[in-house]
Amino acid sequence: MFREVETLPPVTSAPQVAEGGDVTVIQSGWRLGLRSFAQNRLAVVGLGLIVFFVFFCWTGPLFYHGNVSLSELSQANTAPVVGHPLGADVNGFDILGQLMVGGQASLEIGLLAAAIATIVGTLWGATAGLAGGIVDGVMMRIVDVVLSIPLLFVVLIVGAKWGSSILSLALIIGVFSWLVPARLVRGEVLTLRVRDFVAAARAAGSGRSRLVLRHLIPNALSVVVVNITFQVADAILLVAALGFLGFGLNFPVFDWGDMLAGGTNNLLNGYWWEVYPVGLCIVLTVMAMNLIGDALRDALDVRLRRR
Amino acid sequence: MTTYLLRRAASSVIILIGISILVFWMLHVISGAPGRAVLGLRAAQQAVDAWNKSHGFDRPLILQYLTYMNQLVHGNLGTSYKQTLSVNTILAEHAPVSAYLSGLGLFFAILIAFPVGIFQAVKRNTLGDNVITTAAFVTYSMPVFLLGLLLIQIFAITLNIFPPGAPAAVSQNSSVIGAIEDPRAMVLPVATLTFVSVAAYSRFMRSSALDALAQDYIKAARAKGLPERLVLMRHLVRNACLPMVTLIGLSIPALLAGNLITENVFNYPGLGIMFINALQNEDYPVLLAYTLMGGVLTVVGNYVADIALTVADPRIRLA
Repeated sequence: MFREVETLPPVTSAPQVAEGGDVTVIQSGWRLGLRSFAQNRLAVVGLGLIVFFVFFCWTGPLFYHGNVSLSELSQANTAPVVGHPLGADVNGFDILGQLMVGGQASLEIGLLAAAIATIVGTLWGATAGLAGGIVDGVMMRIVDVVLSIPLLFVVLIVGAKWGSSILSLALIIGVFSWLVPARLVRGEVLTLRVRDFVAAARAAGSGRSRLVLRHLIPNALSVVVVNITFQVADAILLVAALGFLGFGLNFPVFDWGDMLAGGTNNLLNGYWWEVYPVGLCIVLTVMAMNLIGDALRDALDVRLRRR
Repeated sequence: MTTYLLRRAASSVIILIGISILVFWMLHVISGAPGRAVLGLRAAQQAVDAWNKSHGFDRPLILQYLTYMNQLVHGNLGTSYKQTLSVNTILAEHAPVSAYLSGLGLFFAILIAFPVGIFQAVKRNTLGDNVITTAAFVTYSMPVFLLGLLLIQIFAITLNIFPPGAPAAVSQNSSVIGAIEDPRAMVLPVATLTFVSVAAYSRFMRSSALDALAQDYIKAARAKGLPERLVLMRHLVRNACLPMVTLIGLSIPALLAGNLITENVFNYPGLGIMFINALQNEDYPVLLAYTLMGGVLTVVGNYVADIALTVADPRIRLA
């Protein structure tokens, strides 16, 4: 969507040689997708950014020891200097060090919440799509109900009550955001069931389990994989909003949103280093996830690729 | 058409009932027997139990739900024990200013996003399209509060054109008159909400217009020699706007969330500030009443969008 990949090699669906066939080159849809992903420069930039942030947050603290837990009021609100390359916040904590440690929490919550949402949503959607009938109806109405309620409200209410650690917050966000993947997977299973290649596989004598494992799941998976990236981005934004509003993690654990909450009070004093570095980290991470998601969608989604 | 709308109405009612069950259940799990919250930590356990019993919080869950539903359909959203006020009073006090802010934000978002999306689709892959796409993409990836802070930094602190907070009259007594009388102070909050929505809407509008451009009726219109201006105005714009009606209906939860965060950035005392204050006071009847309201708004908004689409698109009417 963001950048259309227009000329791509035609999609030759992998020949499924049942037995004894002379298999030379099988170019699977996934490998083709991977190639077109690599050709998308913005996607590679996005991937590079994510790799950078992972190294920055997890190996950074091994080399750079910023004070993030002992308040030093003599250092409060220091502008960037040699000891504090990005300055210090209201408690005298080093901003660069906080960026690294806080990023760990933000990324962990984002990934964990997306994983929970994806697993629950995929199972829910696949069950509803395969079961059909009244089971499908009831399951999807439940999805409609939860989807109608603003996610931020529910996560704020439940998060303020029970979510003060990385695990609990990720669990709460995940538990309330599996609805979109559920809808996607159900829709995909419904359309795949009646597609020609499934009929062809059935005609070729594939059993039910082979149909599900070889044809339905791999084809529905691309939708799920694309959605994971957006899910991570949304979860990172959501947890940042929670932190900003003051209902995030409990000290000494903190994420990028918590840092912004503290810095905002000092924006009118001109302490820009308490707001913009951490803001940039959030925007770059979320943007990188969205870039990867857009590229994956172009690369894996067969319908989009044909257009 | 009527059968379609009736069917949709029936499923909307089912979803509304589902929402009421979910919200009631959440209220029950989080603060099932509010006696302790009402009487305070030092009250004797017997007094707390007696209060809960006299207010019916010891009855079976299904009976409590029926009472709750009975109150709901009579327009009673419950009582805030923390503020000893009815939730209706509290919501009614804050709703007008929020509606004013969100309404303006949505109005300007639509006003900007529609032409921008059409422009991008018509001039696709040109410099202008790429610049707008990039800007929308960055805004889309930005937390709402950061956008608000950036606007405060640029226009309130550096340039000193607009005030950084809500109009003073609004902050004091949540009066919507105060908000209307001070349009300068409304610029930044409204702009924050507008930008966030424009980023999402224009992205969608662009792809919707691209889809429409590829249709045969556009080719037919061009082939019969219609001037390009008329092709765009008569055929493209109308058709490209149709999916947007659905999108706006679907984006109500996001609008409410954006409203909540924007109000907190600019200290604009509408429902968003009310929500955060209630959260700090653990005033769950207020929190869940607003959540319920959000859910109802979403369902009703989606239904209205469906009706609007049916009216606007004869293809749906005939099907």
